[in-house]
Amino acid sequence: MSKIVIIELGCANTASVLFAFERLGADVVLSSDAAEITAADKVVLPGVGAAGYVMNRVHELGLYDTIRSLKQPLMGVCLGQQMLFDSSEEGDVACLGLIPGRVKKLEAPAPLVVPHMGWNQLEIVRDDPLTSGLTNGDYAYFVHSYVCPVSEHTLATSDYAAPFAAMVRKDNVWGCQFHPERSSVAGAKILENFLKVPS
Amino acid sequence: MLARRIIPCLDVKDGKVVKGVQFVGHEVLGDAVDMALRYRDEGADELVLYDITASAEGRTVDYNWVRDIARALDIPFCVAGGIRSGEQAVRCLDSGADKVSINSPALERPDLINELAEMAGSQCVVVGVDSRELDNDYYVHQYSGDPDKIRAAGRRTLDWVVEAKDRGAGEIVLNCMNQDGVRKGYDLTQLRLVRDLIDIPLVASGGAGATEHFTDVFEQADVSGALAASVFHKKIIHIPDLKRDLKAAGIPVRI
Repeated sequence: MSKIVIIELGCANTASVLFAFERLGADVVLSSDAAEITAADKVVLPGVGAAGYVMNRVHELGLYDTIRSLKQPLMGVCLGQQMLFDSSEEGDVACLGLIPGRVKKLEAPAPLVVPHMGWNQLEIVRDDPLTSGLTNGDYAYFVHSYVCPVSEHTLATSDYAAPFAAMVRKDNVWGCQFHPERSSVAGAKILENFLKVPS
Repeated sequence: MLARRIIPCLDVKDGKVVKGVQFVGHEVLGDAVDMALRYRDEGADELVLYDITASAEGRTVDYNWVRDIARALDIPFCVAGGIRSGEQAVRCLDSGADKVSINSPALERPDLINELAEMAGSQCVVVGVDSRELDNDYYVHQYSGDPDKIRAAGRRTLDWVVEAKDRGAGEIVLNCMNQDGVRKGYDLTQLRLVRDLIDIPLVASGGAGATEHFTDVFEQADVSGALAASVFHKKIIHIPDLKRDLKAAGIPVRI
């Protein structure tokens, strides 16, 4: 069975991602060790909190080049997806630069509220192994105040004031803006698809 | 479209789910993990788990049951009860909770809201507000988990929710105490007043007794979510039926 490493940055929500993979019977560990991450068959980059804080953790742990040079499947979750992009408006921070574009503050005029928090629907815009088995209108659980731009690398969008990238892919790198580990049936399907992606 | 959330609240005491009328006279309803899974299966969008005695007794949440619930659940949940420091909140989130809710400790030391928002991000920080109507205004109460310790916090609700938001709260749960446990409907007037003051998600709590109460609170108070306990625990309202009725009324819900 392929070995999944979840990058442990010392910020929250790694446990729930770990538990979700365990529920699927995956061989999964948490690690912030560059060698262990590089040796993994697949890598997950979770993240909760502020982009600046989390990118600082990436640099402090000496993982910036490690993550950028991964050749195996890599999936960013929530803030982890945002960190895949070139930069973020949140704290005006440079991110990992694996997917072109800048993460912007979510502009949601009243009566909409921010953060965008709750279950929203996915619209699949590109066929991909990760979206296999998903249907337009499937619900996923989102919590975020910044959004990734829709581009040629978008797999699925969701809509809150305007469409934004809910799932992305470029080469070996995937991302989910929502929390698949907290998105019930659709979320489990996406994680299962990630387990099946050839490494 | 973003769905309105239906949120069962499990008041936990010694690992069991309990429910009291107007917070007094607790009745044991079942095991916390079993009930969390039951609600997941029925289509709950999120759960709130309150360790109702932690604040009043000056102790903090026992993180083992948080971990047990996080292992089993694949929907989000929020943990409340006795979280007094950023470090405790992070431990709770590290155990698998998606959000933490603070109530009495935030009133004791409002800087706690700022600290939590800085450490974990606003999206993880919920401020719970127990509010009671008095002389045509609304006032915050604290230590509501214990009938002997409950007291007015000396703050107007409408001031406190704005302060909490400005300090970094990502969501407000407004529990309207006059309504709590009596199933006569949410306090639409108070919720609408608060909703118009803040631009972060607001969750209604206290008073749900029938399907139309949920329809009313979404349509009239424009809340992001509606929290309820006894109507779900006592099977007066079945979540799949509730969601079907809300959908028929034109309210976006996840089915």
